Amino acid sequence: MRKPRPLLIAVSFISAAAIGYEVLLMRLLSIVQWHYFAYMIISLALLGYGASGTFIALAGNRLLSRFPVAFLASAALMAITLVASFAVGQRIPFNSLEVVWDARQFLYLMALYLLLFVPFFCAAACIGLTFAKHREIISRIYFSDLLGAGTGALAIILALFVLRPEDGLRLLAGMALMAAALASLDHSLRLPRWLAPTIVVGAIALPLALPQGWLALRMSEFKGLSQVLEVMDTRVLSEHSSPLGMLTVVKSPTIPFRYAPGLSLNATQEPPPQLGVYTDGDALSVITRYDGRREALAYLDQLSSALPYHLLQNPKVLILGAGGGMDVLLARYHRAGSIDAVELNPQFVDLVRNTYADFTGRLYQAPDIRIHIGEARGFVASGRERYDLIQVALLDSFAASSAGVYALNESYVYTVEAIREYLKHLTPGGLLAITRWLKLPPRDNLKLFATAIEALRAMGVEQPDRRLALIRSWKTATLLVKKGSFGVDDINAIRRFTAERSFDVAYYPGMPAAEANRYNVLDESYLYNGAMALLGDRRDDFLERYKFYIAPATDDRPHFFHFFKWRTLPELLSKRDQGGVTQVEWGYLILVATLVQAALASVLLILWPLWKTQRGRKRQPRARMGLYFLALGLAFMFIEMAFIQKFILFLSYPLYAVAVVLAAFLIFAGLGSAYSARLARRRRDARISPITFAVMAIVGIALIYLYLLPEIFYWFMLLSDVSKILITIALIAPLAFYMGMPFPLGLSKVSTAAPEFIPWAWGINGSASVLSAVLAALLAIHFGFTVVIMLALVLYLIAAAILFRPLGSSPSPD
Amino acid sequence: MSLTAAADIRYDLTNTVPPPGDIAPVKDRHHHIHLKTSVAWLFLFLSGAAVAEPVLDETVHAALRKTMVAVIAANAGLTSAKTGKKEFDRRVLEVMGSVPRHEFVPPHLRPVAYQNRPLPIGYGQTISQPYIVALMTDLLDVEPGDTVLEVGTGSGYQAAVLANLAKQVLTIEIIKPLAEQATARLRRLGYRNVKTRIGDGYYGWKEYAPFDAIIVTAAADHVPPPLIQQLKPGGRMVIPVGGRFFTQQLLLVEKTPDGKITTRQILPVRFVPLTGKH
Repeated sequence: MRKPRPLLIAVSFISAAAIGYEVLLMRLLSIVQWHYFAYMIISLALLGYGASGTFIALAGNRLLSRFPVAFLASAALMAITLVASFAVGQRIPFNSLEVVWDARQFLYLMALYLLLFVPFFCAAACIGLTFAKHREIISRIYFSDLLGAGTGALAIILALFVLRPEDGLRLLAGMALMAAALASLDHSLRLPRWLAPTIVVGAIALPLALPQGWLALRMSEFKGLSQVLEVMDTRVLSEHSSPLGMLTVVKSPTIPFRYAPGLSLNATQEPPPQLGVYTDGDALSVITRYDGRREALAYLDQLSSALPYHLLQNPKVLILGAGGGMDVLLARYHRAGSIDAVELNPQFVDLVRNTYADFTGRLYQAPDIRIHIGEARGFVASGRERYDLIQVALLDSFAASSAGVYALNESYVYTVEAIREYLKHLTPGGLLAITRWLKLPPRDNLKLFATAIEALRAMGVEQPDRRLALIRSWKTATLLVKKGSFGVDDINAIRRFTAERSFDVAYYPGMPAAEANRYNVLDESYLYNGAMALLGDRRDDFLERYKFYIAPATDDRPHFFHFFKWRTLPELLSKRDQGGVTQVEWGYLILVATLVQAALASVLLILWPLWKTQRGRKRQPRARMGLYFLALGLAFMFIEMAFIQKFILFLSYPLYAVAVVLAAFLIFAGLGSAYSARLARRRRDARISPITFAVMAIVGIALIYLYLLPEIFYWFMLLSDVSKILITIALIAPLAFYMGMPFPLGLSKVSTAAPEFIPWAWGINGSASVLSAVLAALLAIHFGFTVVIMLALVLYLIAAAILFRPLGSSPSPD
Repeated sequence: MSLTAAADIRYDLTNTVPPPGDIAPVKDRHHHIHLKTSVAWLFLFLSGAAVAEPVLDETVHAALRKTMVAVIAANAGLTSAKTGKKEFDRRVLEVMGSVPRHEFVPPHLRPVAYQNRPLPIGYGQTISQPYIVALMTDLLDVEPGDTVLEVGTGSGYQAAVLANLAKQVLTIEIIKPLAEQATARLRRLGYRNVKTRIGDGYYGWKEYAPFDAIIVTAAADHVPPPLIQQLKPGGRMVIPVGGRFFTQQLLLVEKTPDGKITTRQILPVRFVPLTGKH
C-alpha cells in the first residue's frame, strides 16, 4: 500500500498552525483584554478539538466517503476563520470589568467563545478525519500531529520576534491553506493536478491582501494605555513587540507621568519628566530623564524603597527587575559602590540603553552599572558574586495586583527557597529589600513576612525576629531581611528614615506596639499585629483565621499572588453594595469558572452525544475505551504542565522554558508514537503488553526525576544556557518518548475492536487535555506540582489497568 | 483586630438583615419604596428589553433615586470602624437624592443609572458607585460656605453633588472631550457655582486656593505636593485608590488647624471579625 506522505505533512502543518494559533491568541487577548481572561477564552475554544471528534463520529461515513473534500474544506475554513474570528471577536464590546454587574457581558463572552472555537474545530476535524480514514497508520499520523505541534510551538515563538502578533494570524492562515495544497497532492485523494498550485497561490496572496484595518488591535478602553492616550497631547513614541509582550512607549508632555508610588507627603519635589512604558497596554513602568544632576533624583529618597540605603554605606547592589531603571537611579542617587541589575525583557533593556539613551543620560552605559538580561531567580542562583544589598523591585501594577489577576502566575521570586538563595548571596550584614504594594487589608506584605520567617528558620536561624524590619507608606511597604541581627544603629536609622517621611514602622526587633500606626492611620495596626502573630506561637492559628491566604509560597507551590480563601467569598459578595467585590481575588475564581465551564462544555459536546448514540450491548467496552483516553489526556498534560514549571527554574527564562519543554515533549512523544507500532509488533506475544510496558517506563522515569531533578538542577545550574537547554531536552526525551505510546497503541486496539470509536477517542483525549491544563493549575495552587505529577502517574496506571484485558471485537460477555 | 480576633463584633454581617436599632427604620422604608417603585422596575425591565432609548419621566427617576439613597443609607456605618460615624450626614443623603444621576451617564445606561454600581462613561473613565460617592462626600465634610477643588471631573456627577453642599466647586479634567461634555451638562442642569477647566490638576487651581476640601478622583500614585499646600488648615482631602471600576480604599488627608498633615486610610468594606477558636 502507498504511504500517503503529503497528507502526513499536511497534518503536521495543520497541527503547527493550530498550536501557533493558541499561542497567538494568548498574546492577542492579553493585549486587547487581560491575560487571565485570555486563558479562560482559549481553554473553551480548545474544546473545538473535542467537539470535532463528536462531529466526525455523528456525520460518520458521509464525511469519510468524501474525505478529500472534507479535509480540504476544513483546512480552508480554518484559514478563513483564523483571521475572521479574531477580527469579528474584537468588535464584540466585551468588558470583563463589568461582569459583576452586567449580565449582558456573559452573552458577549459566549459569542467570543463560539467565534474562537471554529478554527480549532476545523483543525481537529482535519486530523480526526485522517485518523478515521487511515486507520492502518495511526501511529504515523499521531507522530505527524505531535511533530507539527512541537515545531509549531517553537516556530511561532521565533516568529513573534519579527512579526506583530496580529500579522502572525496572516502567517497561520497561509499555513492552513498550504496544508490544503499539500493534502491535495496526496495520491490517495485522487484530486486534479492543477489544484495544488492554485491553492499555493491563494495561500500566499490572500493573507498578504488582507487589509490592515481588519486586524488592527482594538484594546479595551479601560487598559492603562488606552486611558493615557485619551489624555491631552499624549502620543505613542514607539512600539516594540516580542513574545515576552508588547512594549509601548508613551510621551505625555502636557500632563507628565510623575510616577512615584507612595511618595512621602512631606516631599516637595516633583519627579523629573518621564516616558511611560506599557507592557501589553498595562503595567506602567517609567523611564526617567536623568541629566546627571543628583538633586533631580532626590524625590526617590522619599519612597519607602529607599530605606536600605540609610543602613548601608556605598553598598554593592543587585537589583532584581530593572524595568525602566527607577531602582537603578535610586542606587545611583545613594552612591552605590557598584550596581548590577537584572531584567527579563531584552527589549526593555534596549529601550533604556539605546533607543532612549540620551533621555536617560546614558544611564545603562555607565561603567559602574551592569545590566543583565535574565530571570531574577536564575541569575542569583547561577552567580558567584556576593552583594551588600539585593533589592527586589516593584514592577507589577497596583491595579492589576490588587484585583488579584496574578493569582495563577507562578513566581519564583517570592518563594521560601528564593529568599534563602538571596540571603546566601549577601555579604555578612547585607540586606535583602523587597517592596510590595500595600493593600487593605494587607496581603502581599504579610505573606512576604511569613515567607522570610520560614526561609530564616529553614536556614537554621534561631531568632528570625532579630533579622526583620518592615515599614510602610500609604501605598507601598518595604521589607528588610538582614544577614545578621539588626543593631541599635540600624534601628535608629529605620526610625529616623520613617519619621522624616511620615512613614510608619510596622516591625523592627523590639518595637513597642505604641509606635505602630502613627502617621498614616489604619483601622488597626494590621502589619504590626500580623508580624507579631507570625513571629509568635499563634502563627498557625493566625494563618488559618486570616481573611486571605498568606501562608508562604514555595518552589513546589510558587503562587505568591494567590490570596483567595473560599471562606471570605460569601462575606465579600454579601457586601456588594459597599464595593465588597473589589476585594475579591478574581484570578483564582476565573480559573475555577474556567474549569467548570470546560467540564460542562465537555459533557455537552462530547459525553452526552456519546451516550446518546450508544447501542446497549457495546456500552461496556466503550466505557472502558472512553475512560482510557480520558485518563491519558489528563495524565499527559499534568506531566507536561508540571515539568514546564519545574524547568522554568532551571532554564531561567520562562518563555524559553515553555517553548523548549513543550517542543521536546511533543516531538519526542511523536517519535515514541512512531516507534509504538514496532514495539507492538515486537511484543506481540510478550507477557507484558506494550501499553503496560510503556506505562511502567513512564512511571519509573518520572519517579526517578521527582527524586533526582532538584539534584540535577543544582549540579548544572552554573552551565551556559545552551548546555542547559540540551540537558533539558536530553532529560525530557526518554519520558516523552514513552508518553507518546499509550495513545496510538490504544487507538490501534480500538481500530480493530470498534473502528467507529476512533473519532470519539480523539475527541475525548482532546477535551481531557483542555480540562487537564486548567485542573493542573488548580491542583498545583492547592497541593503543589509534585502532587500533580503523582496524580498523573496514578492515571497512567489506571489507563494500563483498563486495557489490561483485551477489548475483543465481538460483543463482550458482560 | 477586626480581621481575626474575637473582640468587637458589632453587627453580624454575614446575613443581610441590618442590626436592630439604628438601621431598622431604613429597612422598613426600603420595603415601602420597593412596593412603590415596583411598577417603575417593571417598566425598566420592559424598556431594557427594547433597544430603543427608554424614556422615563422624572417621577420614575425620583423614585429610583429614593431607592438608591435607601441602599446607601443602609450601608453607611457598616464601613470601616474608624470613619467615626454610624451614618452619613443627612445633607449628603439629601443631595444624593436630588442630583439627577441619570443625566450624567450615557443614554443607553440611563435605566441602570440609579443602581449601586459604577458605570462606564466613555474614554476609559467611569462614574463611581453611588455608595462610594456618598462616602467620599461625607468624608469631605463640606460646609455651605466652603470652596472645594475636584481633580478629575469625569461626568461631572461628583461636582454636582458637591455643588449642592458648598459655596463653590472648582473642577479640572485632563481628557478634553469629557471636560467639554461635563461643562455643558453642568451648565444645562443649572449648576452655576461649578467652574470647570481643562488641564493638569497636579498644581491645583491657584486663583481660588486655598480650599476647604479637595477630592482627587483621577488615578494618583502619590499625593501631589502642590495640592497639600493648597489645602486650608482644618481642610480635608480624599483620594480613592484602586482600579477604574474598583475603588478599594480611600485615603483621607487632613490638615490640622496648626498646619500639620495627618492621613488615614479607609476601607469601604467592613469585615466581620472572626469568632471562635479552632
